[in-house]
Amino acid sequence: MIAKFTVAERQWSLVLLVLTALAGLAMAALGAGDAMGVHGFIVLIVSLGLIFVVGGGLFAPEPTEDRRRAYYDDPIKLGLVLAMVWAVIGMGVGDWVAWMLAYPEARFDAAWSSFGRVRPVHTTGVIFGFGGNALIATSMHVMQRTSRARMAGQVSPWFVIIGYNLFVVMAVSGYLMGVTQSKEYAEAEWYADIWLVIVWVTYFVLYIRTLARRNEPHIYVANWYYLAFILVVAVLHIINNLAMPASLTAAKSYSLFSGVQDAMTQWWYGHNAVAFFLTAGFLGMLYYYLPKRANRPIYSYRLSILSFWGITFFYIWVGSHHLHYTALPHWVQTLGMTFSVMLLVPSWASAGNALMTLNGAWHKVRDDATLRFMFVAAVFYGLSTFEGSFLAIRPVNSLSHYTDWTVAHVHAGAMGWVALITFGAIYAAVPMIWRRETMYSWKLVEWHFWLALAGTMIYVFAMWNSGIVQGLMWRTYNEAGTLQYSFVDTLVAMHPYYIARAIGGLLFLTGAVVGSYNIWMTIREVGHEAKARDVPTDSEAGEPAVPVAE
Amino acid sequence: MSVKKRDPLTGHQTTGHEWNGITELNTRVPRVIWWFILVTHLYALIAWVLLPAWPGITGYTKGILGIDQQERVERQVADLRAARAPWRDRIAAATVENIRADPDLSAKVAETGPALFGDNCAACHGAQGQGGPGYPSLVDDAWLWGGDAEAVLETLRVGINADHPDTRFAQMLSFDGILSRDEIRTVAAYVQSLSGMETGADPDRLAEGQVLFMDNCASCHGDAATGNTDLGAPNLTDDHWIYGGDDAAIFTTILRGREGWMPAWEGRLDLADRKILAAYIQDLKGQAQ
Ligand code: HEC
Ligand code: HEC
Repeated sequence: MIAKFTVAERQWSLVLLVLTALAGLAMAALGAGDAMGVHGFIVLIVSLGLIFVVGGGLFAPEPTEDRRRAYYDDPIKLGLVLAMVWAVIGMGVGDWVAWMLAYPEARFDAAWSSFGRVRPVHTTGVIFGFGGNALIATSMHVMQRTSRARMAGQVSPWFVIIGYNLFVVMAVSGYLMGVTQSKEYAEAEWYADIWLVIVWVTYFVLYIRTLARRNEPHIYVANWYYLAFILVVAVLHIINNLAMPASLTAAKSYSLFSGVQDAMTQWWYGHNAVAFFLTAGFLGMLYYYLPKRANRPIYSYRLSILSFWGITFFYIWVGSHHLHYTALPHWVQTLGMTFSVMLLVPSWASAGNALMTLNGAWHKVRDDATLRFMFVAAVFYGLSTFEGSFLAIRPVNSLSHYTDWTVAHVHAGAMGWVALITFGAIYAAVPMIWRRETMYSWKLVEWHFWLALAGTMIYVFAMWNSGIVQGLMWRTYNEAGTLQYSFVDTLVAMHPYYIARAIGGLLFLTGAVVGSYNIWMTIREVGHEAKARDVPTDSEAGEPAVPVAE
Repeated sequence: MSVKKRDPLTGHQTTGHEWNGITELNTRVPRVIWWFILVTHLYALIAWVLLPAWPGITGYTKGILGIDQQERVERQVADLRAARAPWRDRIAAATVENIRADPDLSAKVAETGPALFGDNCAACHGAQGQGGPGYPSLVDDAWLWGGDAEAVLETLRVGINADHPDTRFAQMLSFDGILSRDEIRTVAAYVQSLSGMETGADPDRLAEGQVLFMDNCASCHGDAATGNTDLGAPNLTDDHWIYGGDDAAIFTTILRGREGWMPAWEGRLDLADRKILAAYIQDLKGQAQ
């Protein structure tokens, strides 16, 4: 890693690391006795470790060749490995909280292990740890290949990946210590949020600069989506986290918004995190790895345009469908509902475009589990966007809201769409990036596929049943005109579904563990003929060459 | 088959661009998509005309149906209340005995009681009112404040050690510092002997315990230790225990004292609901026996 830096870059990295180490030291000293102090220590230790890494290579000979002639894949490797590490942590914790819901005593009798603290560890671990690392790593892969240009920066890709993971570590460790802003999917406190802004802006600049260097006349669709993801997530993150720290030496702040404005801002953020983090970013992934793997042209460029602008325009409006029948004014709910319904068209257009692209490659879908991951992901994307628009209709929502139906919907999207497309993309990317012929074992990819699919189906069906039962029980009146069931009655009715859900989650987690092993063995498998996937290279760093124009 | 041929299905042209081997067809947007757009947009338009929808400077469009969620929910609640009023008024006016004697009203108790009890009481008193450590059973014959309907209704209204101005006070004081540990053990053995438990203590010790009891405890629990429903002091001669009848539990009760907390329900449940609960507890008791 360091050998490929120029001396100036090494010095610059050292300066940066000394600065973060000092920031960590300051946090540790000022925030002593508070969670902030612990986070200061984490920052300090990570910075010191990296100072040793960079310092150790400080006097190695400089690279002599023109680095622009080769792609830059090393940071991507780190990102992909971290994605799988977070997958196992995030899904592991998720399954644990699933068991905890069925058997509340299934925890250590300590504050850190209470449901309220562990649940966000799951959500942040899978969304930001697993999903975020996969998005960043694949975006770096896709932006270089589809621009036919090396990433614009030698240090900044490392900064983005390591800095981003530092954010996730601060967030997750904070929850266990009781730190939270009480905003779903935005629980991390103010200093972690500020740090993420710095990381994210660097990421945005890196992406734009790489696109600006491109050697292709046009920008490929995947890049539109990745760019929308980066840009809008920056806006969402900054606005929803506007807050006043209660003290500069402690992890506690007060939101700038209050009451129903706070709720609306939060769900404008929350639903657009679904839109631009969990949809746009992963559509970018789909648009590169699916046609690449299927070796088919995208079905329709015009459909791509229609769905891209449809998705970006309509999604921004629909957050209020999370607040039906609340203090939110009725007219805002109507707008959220109607825009959600109109949103269905571009969503299905995207899913349809992906599925039609597979025409002519269905035999590959049958034989190749990697492509099948992506195919099933597109199907789940279509199903869960339909369900989403349906649940946004107020009378439907009056049955589904606050029930496990919502949980089923989220997980059809999160497991069926987001995680499956990510696994497909990772299985496609790992051999390309480590330049192996194939994955270590295609059988294990099959195993992973079936475990993941079975896990998702069990999970989603269990929660559909549980949610609808729960919703119906809540609204059942007896002849006397009073409610038929008590809350405890609904818990008793849901218990078997909760066990089924935890079993589904266990299967899904097992799949992720199998996948991690397979990826690890693929990476370790040395001695094989190294194969340059893009174009044969004479780069001394062994990086794949950027192909010249025809 | 034709898998090796490039794009055998559509024969469509590509856009002419290529990125790392990926090309795109210039296929027209399928007509079904336009239909689909038409339908969903029509739905939205109709909804905007009918319902409150778009904001302006001074207000928002109200929609021609004139629906307002707040007004609607208030009306629904009022309707439901009106539909229940006939039998609820009768329950509020009747005594618990009369409610239980009236087949019509006791059917309402059977219908309404379980959810009312399940949502408000079961968390502490157990799903069947059987109680648990720290929370008394409501289906046995041992009562702190009396088991007749009037007493139970009063307990529900004001609570025990609650924040109601008329609340019932029940305090088992801590004897830490008043009695020595050994004296506490002695009187505890005496208490256990009252309900016929085998304590292993010799008669001298029990006699000593009785003296201690008369001096320190009888004022509340009564000379015969059968309790006092004016003070909420439990009968110690039966084998019903709130906090446990073993050595350690009784020792802790006397050493540290006890002060159970039962919420006051006036203000949260109306008179009819409280009467339904008082009657329902009797039903539960009948089922338990
Ligand atoms: C927060 C827990 C809690 C809830 C909820 C609760 N109770 Fe109680 N209740 C208690 C405790 C504790 C006592 C005993 C107080 C004491 O030990 O002095 C008690 C005592 C009683 C008594 C007096 C028993 C006696 O022996 O005289 C009645 C009757 C009663 N509860 C009925 C109810 C009903 C009906 C409800 C539901 C509306 C209810 N309780 C809800 C905790 C609770
Ligand atoms: C000031 C009145 C008062 C005095 C004096 C008093 N008690 Fe109590 N005792 C109570 C009350 C009231 C309760 C019920 C407390 C509750 O349920 O929260 C109680 C509860 C108990 C219990 C628990 C019963 C159970 O079901 O678990 C025991 C045992 C007991 N007392 C023994 C004694 C002994 C022995 C003494 C004398 C050393 C004594 N008490 C003196 C008022 C008194």
